[in-house]
Amino acid sequence: MRNKNNIDSEYLNRFAGRSYFMQGDEAIAYGSLYAGCDFFAGYPITPASEIAEVMAAELPHVDGYYIQMEDELASLSAVIGAVWGGAKGMTATSGPGFSLMQENIGYALMTETPCVIVNVQRSGPSTGQATKPAQGDVMQARWGTHGDHEIIALSPNSVQECFELGIEAFNLAEEYRTPVIILMDGEVGHMREKITMPLLDTLNIRERRLAEDDELIFGGELIPPMAEFGQGRFIHITGSTHKETGIRDVETQETHEILVSRLCKKIKDNQDKISRYEEIYMEDAEVVVISYGATSRPAKGAILRARNEGKKIGMLRLVTIWPFPEHKLTELGNEVKKIIVPEMNLGQLSREIERFVNCEVISVPKIGGIAHTIDEIYSAIIKEV
Amino acid sequence: MANEVDKKEIVEKHRHRLYKYLREEVLPTAFCPGCGCGIVLNCFAHAVDELQIDPKDMVAVTGIGCSSWIPSPYLLVDTLHTTHGRPIPFATGVKVANPDKTVVVIAGDGDLIGIGGNHLIHAARRNIDIKVFLVNNLIYGMTGGQVAPTTPSGIPTATSPYGNLEHPFEIAELVAAAGATYVTRWTTYHVFPLMESMQKALTKKGFSFIEIRSPCPTSYGRKIDQKRGSDTMLEYKESSVRIQDAAKMSSEELNGKIIIGKFVDKDKDEFTDNLRKLNQKVRNEKIGRDPEEWSLS
Repeated sequence: MRNKNNIDSEYLNRFAGRSYFMQGDEAIAYGSLYAGCDFFAGYPITPASEIAEVMAAELPHVDGYYIQMEDELASLSAVIGAVWGGAKGMTATSGPGFSLMQENIGYALMTETPCVIVNVQRSGPSTGQATKPAQGDVMQARWGTHGDHEIIALSPNSVQECFELGIEAFNLAEEYRTPVIILMDGEVGHMREKITMPLLDTLNIRERRLAEDDELIFGGELIPPMAEFGQGRFIHITGSTHKETGIRDVETQETHEILVSRLCKKIKDNQDKISRYEEIYMEDAEVVVISYGATSRPAKGAILRARNEGKKIGMLRLVTIWPFPEHKLTELGNEVKKIIVPEMNLGQLSREIERFVNCEVISVPKIGGIAHTIDEIYSAIIKEV
Repeated sequence: MANEVDKKEIVEKHRHRLYKYLREEVLPTAFCPGCGCGIVLNCFAHAVDELQIDPKDMVAVTGIGCSSWIPSPYLLVDTLHTTHGRPIPFATGVKVANPDKTVVVIAGDGDLIGIGGNHLIHAARRNIDIKVFLVNNLIYGMTGGQVAPTTPSGIPTATSPYGNLEHPFEIAELVAAAGATYVTRWTTYHVFPLMESMQKALTKKGFSFIEIRSPCPTSYGRKIDQKRGSDTMLEYKESSVRIQDAAKMSSEELNGKIIIGKFVDKDKDEFTDNLRKLNQKVRNEKIGRDPEEWSLS
């Protein structure tokens, strides 16, 4: 399907060079369009619906397709089907829908289907506070689907970064042939800020590597090339354990071990390459605040205040949450005295941090649908420095 | 050595003409003796051959269950073996991305009307051009004979040991009501009308649906004194009533009968056509967001 002509760039370039005042959700949608997304299937849910609304309005302009499906199970199913038909596909949802997508996220991992799943996190469990933001799906993004696996999850903290990570998510999905999760929060999704959009040609857009001749598409190398329907290869795609040819083999222990180990290895071995983070005032920091998404904004405010008072405090903001930047954290744990972790959950990432550092880790949790204030984080910091 | 070459030649010479539609390396099939899946596979290959559809132009999508093995791995076409119950939404994505391909779903009752029932009626409502062949054996066969949403009332199964307390779906009627443009029901006994109906389904644009009643002696037949597949075939022969005749019969007379034939054959605008028309319209008329108006000055 992806018969890319200059319609896309012509249409998208109309937006370039100007500033807009838009929501994080909208910016994610525009980022994905710049990345070449030409298929979106979704189901309405607060606080992610605006992504679908932009895709429904804009996809026809780039000769892409939007479908509103009957539920989130169907949404990710349709995305995966379209991707094997040559599309770049995305879906967007929030906690309840993300729960429903877990089985097909596993399917996308197992079949090495590049696609993007946006989870604009809201307060849970269950229906929770449907319209309120949270960061409670950090571990669900990591371990929501069953079986051994590695996942990539990105967490933007501004509207401009939503746009950028919308592109980055597709690039990572194609590079590692894997589903990528944009794990944003309702705060960032619904926040309005000024953003600018660039000319398409100035961006680095990763295109799909397709198999040539008789190259294997389910093995033979760490990240095998893909194929598409209709090439006459008679490809066989299954979520069952399969051989390098794609044909099911659920009886042989080695087949499963080779396959699942490779799927994990392709992410694990590249974790330092995939990891992105931002460091502020880290040169002399004795105490470090680690945060991500919406929480990183009041965290930054609190740190600036403390720095003004001469406190030796720095900040590490995670842009990629998964794969977890283990090496960076271990290093950091040897350099600083304490790590403070504010997050809009009861301490999900702080526990992960504890696994890799020698120093003390202090969790500053907040739930209930309201983000931390600068004062709250400042008081937590000031006790520790 | 020479003998071996001869043998190969003989095999080639006597190879069934439909063999080319199968993945040779995975044969023989894993189907039980008396299972209807082989008949469905045979009918499908015949229909494709009759229509001279190039297998390169076809994508088979399937779910979980015995009949999902008909296309995966046996059919030599591009094959997407999906999660349980989801072949229709997967096929929806495939069809939208590849409108020129013939997109076929072959799967069972547990998959398509049990766990995946919602997708079935929504695809029928959308009238997307995919071809669904639902192999209905009235039971969850692969998992060992548990009660299904198609199991008749009163039947004892592995999970209804005292008899099924529920009422079954009449699937063809349901899909017809949901808006499909071509709906038939046949059994594996009625191979010629089934093949003909498959050809019609494959060529008619829109959501085409065939419910195929198919024996499962291993997990269902033995519970109802049909220990061999042929016992169930006999029932199909004796209990099937053409839909035209059924219209003249009372509900008492129809009790225990299988209504076969064509339920719907109508025309309606098709979903992927509509998507394409929309794209053309939007781009020709340049309707949409104006960056100049929208941007901050």
